Amino acid sequence: MNAVATEAQATSPDGRTAGVLARARGVSGGYGGAPAIAGLDFALPAGARVGLLGPNGGGKTTLMRALIGDLPAVTGELEVPVRCGVVPQTDRSRLDYPVSALDVALMGTLSALPWWRRPGRAQRRAAQEALERVGLGAHARRTFGELSGGQRQRVLIARALVQDARLLLLDEPFAGLDEPSAALLEDLLAELAAEGRGLLISTHEVEQARRWDLVLCLNRTQVAFGPPADVLSREVLERTYGAHVVELPGGGRGVMPAHHGCDEPGHEHAGPDRARP
Amino acid sequence: MIDWLADPLSDPILRRAALEVVLLGVTGGLLGCWIVFYELAYGAESLAHALFPGLVAAALLGLPLLLGGATGILAAALAVAVAGRVPGVGRDTAVAVVVTTMLGAGALLALSQDTPPGLGDLLFGDVLGVSDGDLALAGGLALAVIAALRLLHGRLLAVGFDRTAARALGVSPGVVDAALAVLLAAAILVAVQGLGNLLVVSILVGPAATARHVADRMPAMMAAAVATAIVAGLGGLLVSYHADTAAGASIALATVALWALARLARALRARRAARPALPSRTA
Repeated sequence: MNAVATEAQATSPDGRTAGVLARARGVSGGYGGAPAIAGLDFALPAGARVGLLGPNGGGKTTLMRALIGDLPAVTGELEVPVRCGVVPQTDRSRLDYPVSALDVALMGTLSALPWWRRPGRAQRRAAQEALERVGLGAHARRTFGELSGGQRQRVLIARALVQDARLLLLDEPFAGLDEPSAALLEDLLAELAAEGRGLLISTHEVEQARRWDLVLCLNRTQVAFGPPADVLSREVLERTYGAHVVELPGGGRGVMPAHHGCDEPGHEHAGPDRARP
Repeated sequence: MIDWLADPLSDPILRRAALEVVLLGVTGGLLGCWIVFYELAYGAESLAHALFPGLVAAALLGLPLLLGGATGILAAALAVAVAGRVPGVGRDTAVAVVVTTMLGAGALLALSQDTPPGLGDLLFGDVLGVSDGDLALAGGLALAVIAALRLLHGRLLAVGFDRTAARALGVSPGVVDAALAVLLAAAILVAVQGLGNLLVVSILVGPAATARHVADRMPAMMAAAVATAIVAGLGGLLVSYHADTAAGASIALATVALWALARLARALRARRAARPALPSRTA
């Protein structure tokens, strides 16, 4: 696995460790009791889309919390030398929160301002520009909760852009999106990676992750890390999901875990992996 | 009608009560917006009840009520922290146990033979009996809350929106929570003298809950909450003057009435918005 990680570094644009946005060496972490994630060894390079695969409860969200320094107990060597932006899933109970898309994007200016300063015209302009960058310039005044799921994801990406985050952590951004929204988001993520940002994207769609630069398979411990072509074998997928992998008609592969909660309304997936044509 | 509204204002006692209600309305309305989104309504209610024995003890000993109340809140906070650490006791349970203990202890003290008259005021408030000192305190509190919420606005908004992402935005949820808790404790401590131990929550939660139904931006919601608190406060005072009902209770009921109206208005609006969709669906 280390060999694969080194290889990934070598393929990063400048080929030096300076292009590494986050590095874990022998990292375990949890909430105080038994570690929720263990055996993490990876380096996230600039300009790469990294798919984060694993079952629900496999530690994907925990890893993201560790990367932003919000996990109470972390052992091992975890370096994140750049600013991280988070694109979380929107809690349904927060859809009536009284904020506009611009208000949410403006939250990205908090860390750059001294604590007694309120965002001014320059910050508003930056937030507006970030919304335009993600194709939502005309929606700046809309209430966040009234936007579609895909639009909400893009507002949260705009917030990370306002922060000028070099590494973006996206928590299942494609969950519940229809095809056009998913395609828009996919294009945006490709653009961000082309700018040299790093993206860690948790997903249930193995076929989607196959098109990205690297994958990190996590089932409480790290199962594999590397380019998808090298890593995504049937054996790795079975260890990742603790379940059988079935061949789907049309050439895709599906994973059938014991149970998987599709509690998102509008979530059209039959299982964690839906082969996409 | 004019007389009905103006008559009470010729009464100096009622004028002072009106000023107190307006000042507390500003504090309660603004702070309440965050209480609602930080799910602190139960905490606010608990804090108010938990300081009861402190108030009673202060009244018995002839000490300032503010001192008694502050001691009561500190004792309750410590007790909740200790009880919450007992294995197998959840936080809600710990709060409930501590609060009922405190309220019970207060009632025990209040029913003792030495009790000075006026303990009913501690429970239900005595907005008609506010002193100049009370008014100055309420005014100072309102100013402090306005200033603090203005400073904290962006951070409160970010943590309330998404607690886990806040850290990535450079905001520490713990610090924001603590600041809000201090403001809440101060507000309860001051407001409890006018509105009483049992009714203080009405001004901290009711107006914001009402405003949530009519506003979709935080500044607008804050304005609506303050307006609701003031209308309910003055309306409650008017009713109490004319119908000779208890002032604090009238204010609390007026607050709930406004909430019900806002709820109804929203339901009607939602229904009207849904109606045009029906024919197209059947077509």
